[in-house]
Amino acid sequence: MSDQNNKPAVAFVREQPIPASPPPTSASGPVRWLQENLFPTWGNALLTVISLYVIYVVLSSSLPWILGGVWNTSSLAECREVLDGRSAACFSVLRERWNQLMFGFKYPPEFYWRPILAFFLMLVAAAPVLFPDLPRKMLVFTGLYPFVAFWLIWGGTILSPLLALAGCVLGYLAYSKWVSRSFAAGFFGGIAVAFVVWWLGGLLIPEGASDNAMLPAVASRDLGGFMLNMMLGVTCVSLSVPLGIALALGRQSDLPIVKGICVIFIEFIRGVPLITLLFVASVMLAYLFPPDATVDLFLRVVIMITMFSAAYIAEVIRGGLAALPKGQKEAADSLGLDYAQAMRLIILPQALKISIPGIVNVAVGLFKDTTLVSVISMFDIVGMIRGPILASTEWNGVYWELFLFAAVLFFVVCYSISQYSQWLERRLETDHR
Amino acid sequence: MTTISDPPTEQFRLSMLLNDTRYRSATFQAIAVILLVASIAYLGSNLAKNLREAGLDISFGFLSTPAGYDINQTLIPYNNQDTNLRAALVGILNTLLVSFLACATATILGVFAGVLRLSQNWLVRKLMSFYVEIFRNIPVLIWILIIYGIMTVSMPGPRDFRGENASASMLLDAVAVTNRGVYIPAPVWGPGSMVVVAVFVLSVIGVFAYRRYATKLLYDTGRLLPTTWPSIAIFFVPTLLAFFVMGSPIGLDYPALKGFNFQGGIKIGAPLIALWFALSVYTGAFIAENVRAGIQAVSKGQTEAAAALGLRPGRIMNLVVLPQALRVIIPPLISQYLNITKNSSLAILVGYADITATLGGITMNQTGRAIECVVLLMLFYLVISLCISLVMNVYNSTTRLKER
Repeated sequence: MSDQNNKPAVAFVREQPIPASPPPTSASGPVRWLQENLFPTWGNALLTVISLYVIYVVLSSSLPWILGGVWNTSSLAECREVLDGRSAACFSVLRERWNQLMFGFKYPPEFYWRPILAFFLMLVAAAPVLFPDLPRKMLVFTGLYPFVAFWLIWGGTILSPLLALAGCVLGYLAYSKWVSRSFAAGFFGGIAVAFVVWWLGGLLIPEGASDNAMLPAVASRDLGGFMLNMMLGVTCVSLSVPLGIALALGRQSDLPIVKGICVIFIEFIRGVPLITLLFVASVMLAYLFPPDATVDLFLRVVIMITMFSAAYIAEVIRGGLAALPKGQKEAADSLGLDYAQAMRLIILPQALKISIPGIVNVAVGLFKDTTLVSVISMFDIVGMIRGPILASTEWNGVYWELFLFAAVLFFVVCYSISQYSQWLERRLETDHR
Repeated sequence: MTTISDPPTEQFRLSMLLNDTRYRSATFQAIAVILLVASIAYLGSNLAKNLREAGLDISFGFLSTPAGYDINQTLIPYNNQDTNLRAALVGILNTLLVSFLACATATILGVFAGVLRLSQNWLVRKLMSFYVEIFRNIPVLIWILIIYGIMTVSMPGPRDFRGENASASMLLDAVAVTNRGVYIPAPVWGPGSMVVVAVFVLSVIGVFAYRRYATKLLYDTGRLLPTTWPSIAIFFVPTLLAFFVMGSPIGLDYPALKGFNFQGGIKIGAPLIALWFALSVYTGAFIAENVRAGIQAVSKGQTEAAAALGLRPGRIMNLVVLPQALRVIIPPLISQYLNITKNSSLAILVGYADITATLGGITMNQTGRAIECVVLLMLFYLVISLCISLVMNVYNSTTRLKER
């Protein structure tokens, strides 16, 4: 029996199984992929062909233009000479006007290192906020950063940022002393102390303190270029998040008057375009300040843009608050937490986590909207391109290169912010699926 | 044994205003009111003082004085002797025009791109996400300027259309794309054209009536009438018949090159085209994301259940997926429309005479009435956005899930 099994009697019966042959090319590998993803049906094949054609047309017209670009001329006329009738980009304008595009045309060139340093310090300061893995002690530098950056960019006497810092520190000390009594006492007490410190300190700073300062003062109207966009974006976003949280909580509160004020504010701001608010900043706000106060345009614009984005962030956070189950608030109540504790410890951490994508969307939108300041004749990057650069005799007519450059800058920044937000969302994902 | 006495009547202390829940809310509201009134009074007094020092007053009399400037694109008759109010009205109509046009094209573009982003075709999917990312991440202001540049710098001038071997030619001999704008044929309404229009309106009503009748018949008797071909027939046949019976009363006035410029037809200025196109492609990218999210929000089980019931793919889309997806898509879509309306205020950059450019631009600069103009401008946009959110609330309440 066993003998029969081991040795087949018939010669044409195989002893070994046939090794598995590879699947036919139509069922695996690139062919299969092509068939499934590009040519599954006739309609799809047509779409593929159309897309390929579109890609070909776009690339064949733009690539030679970009790759054949000229980088080393000093004016458009010279550039055309080099090109000799060829159609290609004249990128030398970026090279020649790089400083203007980045810093505006009035920031003193010998001080360019100051905003550059401030920019890199900003990356350091933002890192612990953006990446929760970094040591928490770095947050101390984040807290100091606004004062450092202010001093670096505007220069002048070091006393004013120090005074601002002192006000904040003393206010925080007052808050932590009184917060054990009640949150409201600590909060309002802290703010009051900070204001008193600022007011008293303001009297102490001598008149000509900025004259022989270590870093010479630069006026706000001398800021410009992409630096202005970055400054407006960073300042307004970071100011509008706390304001937005306050507005969202106000809108959700049981106090009818507070709720009414918040609703009217939010709906009003969201109902008008940013450009009208910038008009308010440029022509109307000056009438609302005391006659002898000179509030410069930069500050007025920051106020209006902050209000604008705070209204939008408030709506995003309201969505996050509404998405929380009611049980969370009730559980906090049953533990005996008061309103401030429940909000700080239970509600807001969860609501803010839900709202992160929305807040980032608002931040990206706001950063894009900072280009609108060029309408009220501030020279941000678009203002620089449309104004001094396109109007100059050397570069009159270099249109595409400049706008392409601005577009690429904004794309890089905005795209990386949105990629970061997706990363953060995945990281904060705590529900089990 | 004593009975339980009343709780001791507490002496009122000042700290109770902040710590006692009975008084706390009243305290906070009082603080809010005081702060609000104080800041309004402060700003108001500053305003009054500043105005007095500058020798100004608040009055809207400038609205009835002659505007004194020309507007190149108007929907209603206007010349520079008309009042500022009429100039503002021209601006309002221009705002509404470009918003309406951009809403329509942005919707078409967005639905296309959103659906194609879910296509099984890898290349199309990638191409569409490229489109969405490119347009969402670059400011609309830069897009408007780039497209305006294409319209004015790269397009041929009218003189390029001249001569035997002209370097530019008109599309289909009817549309001329020049650096001064796009010229399209204008309709000419001859005698009897009203009949054709009336027949057209009636046939549109007829299409709706027929479809309603078909649905009713389906529910009552179960008989299924064809709808597609009869609808198309009702839509076209009577109008075409009336058109030829009346002797082709509606003609087209083609633009033609006369002298240094095109004459005849309708001129759509380069600013309008740039604004319209830029707002469409920019907002289209956002709408594409909304559409994609809406379709993905319908769970796969719905499609499978419909397939298990024996519905064909087209009916699954129409009867099961779309009604549920639309509930998710429409609210953000409407807020995108609102965004288009607000972003149309960027017209001032390319010189399109919308309300921001007339009332908030030239009128404000000429009369110096900054406060009045800005307030009126905000009021206009506020009214528009309130109207749009009203529409949205009505829609939300009609499509809300009826839960128990």
